[in-house]
Amino acid sequence: MNEGLIIAIIIGISIASVPLIFAAIGELLVERSGVLNLGVEGMMIVGALAGFVVEFHTGSSFLAVLAALLAGMAIASIFAFLTQILLTNHVATGLALTLFGLGIAAFVGRSYTEENIELISALHIPVLSDLPIIGPLLFSYNPLVYLAFFMVFLVWWFLFKTKQGLILRAIGDNHDAAHAIGHNVVRYRVLAILFGGAMAGIGGAFLSLVQVPIWGEDMTAGRGWIALALVVFSSWQPFKVILGALIFGGITILQLHAQGFDVRISAQYLSMLPYLATIVILVTLRMRVKNKTNRTMPNCLGRIFHSTS
Amino acid sequence: MIRLIPRAQPSKAMIFLSPLLALTLTAVTAFFIFAFILTDIKVSSVFYTLFVEPLIDTYYISELLVKAAPLIMIALGLSIGFRAGVWNIGAEGQYVIGGITGGAVGLYFYNVEGFWLIPLMSLAAILGGMFYAGIAAFLKNKYQVNEILVTLMLTYVAVLFLSAMLQGPMRNPSGFNFPESRPFHDGALLPIIWQGTRLNVGLIIAVILSFVTWLGIKKHLSGLQIKITGSAPRAAKFAGFDDKKTIWFALLISGGVAGLAGLFEVIGPAGQITPGLPQFYGFTAIIVAFLSRLHPIAIIFSSLLIALTYLGGENVQIYFNLPSSITNIFQGMLLFYFLACDILIQYKIVFFKAIRQKL
Repeated sequence: MNEGLIIAIIIGISIASVPLIFAAIGELLVERSGVLNLGVEGMMIVGALAGFVVEFHTGSSFLAVLAALLAGMAIASIFAFLTQILLTNHVATGLALTLFGLGIAAFVGRSYTEENIELISALHIPVLSDLPIIGPLLFSYNPLVYLAFFMVFLVWWFLFKTKQGLILRAIGDNHDAAHAIGHNVVRYRVLAILFGGAMAGIGGAFLSLVQVPIWGEDMTAGRGWIALALVVFSSWQPFKVILGALIFGGITILQLHAQGFDVRISAQYLSMLPYLATIVILVTLRMRVKNKTNRTMPNCLGRIFHSTS
Repeated sequence: MIRLIPRAQPSKAMIFLSPLLALTLTAVTAFFIFAFILTDIKVSSVFYTLFVEPLIDTYYISELLVKAAPLIMIALGLSIGFRAGVWNIGAEGQYVIGGITGGAVGLYFYNVEGFWLIPLMSLAAILGGMFYAGIAAFLKNKYQVNEILVTLMLTYVAVLFLSAMLQGPMRNPSGFNFPESRPFHDGALLPIIWQGTRLNVGLIIAVILSFVTWLGIKKHLSGLQIKITGSAPRAAKFAGFDDKKTIWFALLISGGVAGLAGLFEVIGPAGQITPGLPQFYGFTAIIVAFLSRLHPIAIIFSSLLIALTYLGGENVQIYFNLPSSITNIFQGMLLFYFLACDILIQYKIVFFKAIRQKL
């Protein structure tokens, strides 16, 4: 294999993993606060559409990403209101959010299926981008890629280095105790859910603005669910999200290249790989920690909180 | 701000009123959403096509029943698992696999006829669905892997597997290379119970299964076990109930019925295995199960309601050239409102000011 191809594959892997990083890091914060939002797929597809539509009409990538962020938050706010104010079941509400998101995105996006937009272009940093090998590998992505990695750092810093992060983790582990010492459980959780929505929205927009310049109602293809699996894989540790996302990105890109190389397996079997890998990775992860209970999982994950006072 | 105050007793009136309230709110919200988006079409005529037309025409009524049958079956299986806190979200995958394994038996005995053929195909479909859901049960019990994620990932795999089968071993040899199986002979098709329509015995079997499940939960100990494992896992452990067995039971049952439903689609309305086999029934059945509050008899009625949104969605697609995803909007919204309205059974809603005044 030549150098160019290897560089292309590595860049491809990074690009493929970015939507997963965005969606998973948002959901990680949500789950750390004790909320299980299964609506990631729905929030991503809404973000993908919002980004595409705004890019198409305004041509401004900045506005497009902003729109995706707001759209993700808007649809997440439905989930926040239902689960936090009206105390509905997290699993059922999250599923409803995914169905609703897929439906509304396909419905609103029906007139955009034949349109094209220009992809967000990559950064060009003087000197650095021109370096051999390191230039293309590290310094010539579009800004969202760097933002994804920065968000992981930010979430880590927030969770483990700030007082609010400590409170959020405490709420996720024992909401009754956190409430008893005077913390506003609902407010923290609502804000976490909105952040999760914003991240899923940007992750979705990355698909329609950076990966492919078209809109399709099935363009998320289960990535929201894979992001949920990534959170479990990461044991709720931010930096492990990157590792997980790169593995999935790698499998996605390698199976695409294998299809290109005319490997004598039906394309369908190769396309199964990312989904099967998700299961395999979840299993091997649990085999390693089999005898220990998973201490990092937030204790109150998915439990309904109702304050009596 | 609003606050929720627990009721001393669950409200009996709200148990019946909250679904009606949810339906009304869904219809009103949908009306405004459509009025906002659809500038070129009259919203009232879309609504008429969606909800009224399917109910005044005998052909549509038969189609409504055709679509309700798989929903009833899948939702029944899922509701058993949901009672036990086992979240099988991938019934769609088990449905597809059941269609493939059951259909494969039918294709193998393509030129043979016999009374045993459909029972044998059904057995293969049930086993196929059970196997597929069993993977999740095995991984959950052995490695504590979340069944939601496993069943879902396997759904994507199942749909790809279907496509591989239809382009490979199952493709009709004289079908002009279309990715479809041979059409089944009459001997392998479910008997029609309403002449001139596509309504088959699948509906009768679905309704019988509802009553069997209802009796099973009411009379049998395993029904009690499942209920307690779901609502009070610690109590269940003290009583000596085996939660591993419950996980196996819940997933095998829901997988088996979903598989059978898949076969009934193949040898019912479809008549052959096509790429159009997955129709979201597996996901929609989750909504059906919740709308019926996991009650086996109520599942029949909520399946009919959800089947109406399916049929209406198909009709607006044909008449107004709108995407059939309109169905998902309705279903998602209905579940939102239903979950929200059900709060009224256990809680009273009080506005903040009112509380202050009381104090």
